[in-house]
Amino acid sequence: MNGSNTAAVLEPSPLKTGKRPSLRLEYDSSRTRSPWWTPVLSVFLALVFCAIFIAANGMSPFTVYEKMFRGAFGTSYGFTETLVKAIPLLLCGLGISVAYRISVWNIGAEGQLTVGAMAATAVTIYCPDLSSFWSILLMLIFGFAAGALWGLMTAVPRTHFGVNELITSLMLNYVALLALDYVVFGPWKDPKGFNFPGSPMFTAAQSLPVLGSTRLHIGLIFGLVAVVIYYLMIRFTRWGYELKLIGANPIAARYAGIHIKRHIIIVMLISGGLAGIAGMAEVSGVTHKLMQGISPGYGYTAIIVAWLAKLNPVGLIVTSILFGGLIVGGFSVQTIGLPSSISEMLQGSILFFLIAGDMIHRFRIRRSA
Amino acid sequence: MDFTTQLLIAAISAGTPLLLATLGGILNERAGIIQLGAEGLMLMGAVTTCIVYIRTGNLAVALLATVAVTAVLGLLHSFLCVTLRANQTMSGLAMTLFGSGLSAYLGKPISGIPLPGPLPKLHLGWLEPVPVIGNIFANMDYLTWFSLVLVLVLHLLIHRTSWGLHLRAVGDSPATADVMGIRVQLIRYSYVIVGAMLIGLAGADMVLAYAPTWNEGLTAGRGWIAVGLVIFARWNPLRALFCAYFFGALDSLGFRIQLLGSVVPSYFLKMIPYLVTILVLMYLGYRNRNKPSGTPEALGVPYIREQRF
Repeated sequence: MNGSNTAAVLEPSPLKTGKRPSLRLEYDSSRTRSPWWTPVLSVFLALVFCAIFIAANGMSPFTVYEKMFRGAFGTSYGFTETLVKAIPLLLCGLGISVAYRISVWNIGAEGQLTVGAMAATAVTIYCPDLSSFWSILLMLIFGFAAGALWGLMTAVPRTHFGVNELITSLMLNYVALLALDYVVFGPWKDPKGFNFPGSPMFTAAQSLPVLGSTRLHIGLIFGLVAVVIYYLMIRFTRWGYELKLIGANPIAARYAGIHIKRHIIIVMLISGGLAGIAGMAEVSGVTHKLMQGISPGYGYTAIIVAWLAKLNPVGLIVTSILFGGLIVGGFSVQTIGLPSSISEMLQGSILFFLIAGDMIHRFRIRRSA
Repeated sequence: MDFTTQLLIAAISAGTPLLLATLGGILNERAGIIQLGAEGLMLMGAVTTCIVYIRTGNLAVALLATVAVTAVLGLLHSFLCVTLRANQTMSGLAMTLFGSGLSAYLGKPISGIPLPGPLPKLHLGWLEPVPVIGNIFANMDYLTWFSLVLVLVLHLLIHRTSWGLHLRAVGDSPATADVMGIRVQLIRYSYVIVGAMLIGLAGADMVLAYAPTWNEGLTAGRGWIAVGLVIFARWNPLRALFCAYFFGALDSLGFRIQLLGSVVPSYFLKMIPYLVTILVLMYLGYRNRNKPSGTPEALGVPYIREQRF
């Protein structure tokens, strides 16, 4: 298809064929593949944009960014912390990517992660004496199942009742967080916890193995294995092909006999389940107990991770490490008296520049005679 | 005052921010642009009101600043969605993330500081002796009155004027509107900006009438409830009034049950509005499965001149 045929004219074209050629902006919707540098450029522009707010608040942006970068990547301790934060982002981002492939906008990873963490904790509370292998396996299964169930509660209203999944998945995030509050203040509160809201500490058998003396746990392997499976499924299976078909043209896919409702339910089960595993890995690998605020917004950050990676498996690994660094950097600026919400602000503006950049390159300047 | 009257008053007070945000959302979506940034806009509105009100002590200046800040954010959203034709879902999510991050950042120094004063009330002495109505309407604040008048104005605007016809045309069929000489982009820009301002005012109302001080994430998902209410109200301002007050009642009912010493833990009572939103939307979806839902036909579809869809 020739671009100029499908191109739309932004400015009304001059009616009279003028004496001098004029420049006009054309929109070419056939240019869907954005170049590799848009994510890089959008991160850079977001840093510049947020620098304005930081400077307006009376701080030097260079100091702040340097502090963030040093905190996240400067030391080996910082880097392992970044990887620790990248694990839930990778798992949730992967789940979100699967759903986004067919335009199912799951923004409920936060809630799915929370219920996954709760289900894993339930295993430690109701089956405390299992061996290491069985307790971790059971926690994985329960974490996945709980997240998948939460995903199902988003998928079924969408497929059978026509309810927008954005609203459902977000409402369920709040429900999950309230449920978490209930159990950590109520039935699962540690009686020996000095009245601090939280479950009892997990035993060594219930904790994921860590690398040496760091906090980096084998959840990283869960994430990497999941990425490989995702890649193979998308690339080589009939299921992956059908997802691609639905993503490209849902109406054509329906005529081709693809059961779209079933696909929506399947992707939401996978999406929720992966976030559930992220929650399980978080309680079992990092905090070793269930408490309030186990997730500093991983589920929301993972949306940007998935979008920035363009749903690509390798891109997911890179962006989740980058955003893990952003979260760690956000914590490290607290030492100079700044709120960690700087990292959230950066995340939002990266997304702004990214979606703008994706579209801007579809416009081209044309010389019209 | 009996329980019902008290509940009605509480429902109106808790429902006003929802109503303002829903009306803003309706304007956005009637013009064909999805506004999922309501949560972020409400937070930005709330934090701007707090900062300016605490710094200047002048409520009018604070409200003006709120409207200005959210108008800029609305401009950003419409630039992305109308001019650049970006993904409206993603732009809204970005708005929510950016708004919650920036509001937390800006609000940090004033967190927990009480506001200089509440919203001024409109005393209608002559209404006070009237039984139920007197209790409810004789002492309402100006923003509540504003929201009530706005419902009526928007209802008439959308359904009874040629401006409203243009708005609906742009939301339902921008190509047809364009052929008829209606300036699609201009209309989309204006309503997205006005809608964002109203959502910002909803945030201002949250802090002025509902929560006395700024706290990080103070809206607690009410922006998203408003996004649901837009669908629930089927893009109609009059229905939005009832829906918003219904949710306001649910919100305060949970609080009241808690005060009465209920055995149900408060966490479950706080879940009610979220769960009811989902259930109501499911019910509406089921009931209207073979009927038009009232969704603007071109909602979420960027308009490109000279291109057929």
